[in-house]
Amino acid sequence: MSDEARVQIKTDVDIIIARQEGRSLAAKLGFSNTDQTLIATAISELARNIILYAQSGEISVFQAQKEDKPGIVIIARDDGPGISDVSRAMQDGYSTARGLGLGLPGVRRMMDEFEVVSKISEGTTVTGKKWMR
Amino acid sequence: MRVPVLKQGPHLIASVQSALTDDDLVELRDDLAELVGRHRSRGVVVDVTALDVIDSFAARTLRTIAYTIRLRGARTVIAGIQPDVAFAMVQLGLSLEGVATALDLEEGLAFLTRRTTGEAGP
Repeated sequence: MSDEARVQIKTDVDIIIARQEGRSLAAKLGFSNTDQTLIATAISELARNIILYAQSGEISVFQAQKEDKPGIVIIARDDGPGISDVSRAMQDGYSTARGLGLGLPGVRRMMDEFEVVSKISEGTTVTGKKWMR
Repeated sequence: MRVPVLKQGPHLIASVQSALTDDDLVELRDDLAELVGRHRSRGVVVDVTALDVIDSFAARTLRTIAYTIRLRGARTVIAGIQPDVAFAMVQLGLSLEGVATALDLEEGLAFLTRRTTGEAGP
């Protein structure tokens, strides 16, 4: 339990709770301060997308392992409208230009691995992984 | 949590104490726009030293605050963005274009004093 956190995302207060949970898990796993901040900021942005585009959803963070490297996995899940064109949403400036959060390319830059799975009218799942250096 | 705003001579200091919700940020924006008029302030320092995350909404609201205060006839400086926070903002692709920034509160106030007295001069 202590190496996993789930936060329901419904309001702007939940955004803060989610990123604080993510930061404290990252700290516990031994991530540097810089990485903790990247992880917290990425979670903030993903939680914000949930509220903006799907109204509600869930962020979960947990420990992971890749070969010898420990790491952290962030999953942002919603059952909102879905993203019609994921590859377009991954282009820089696609929606950040409108200032409406999303910023998926930015979140991808903060992570080592990044995946978006989305189905129209079923929802979106964004998975980000970061490994310890 | 509402951000306390202190009056220091011709300037206002908004001292962020902890993580801010979106509502807190919007409230700060509205408070500052109003207080600049009430105190006839020449400048505002928003001290964000305590913020451990500045995401897209926070960056956009800080920019909106600076532009709004400019239109009200005063200057804004965002002070104290921490190194890790600055790095994360760059990674995310956020900037505070057109907004003055300073290392800390002291530098922020020095900047405002230079700017506001400079503009009032000959």
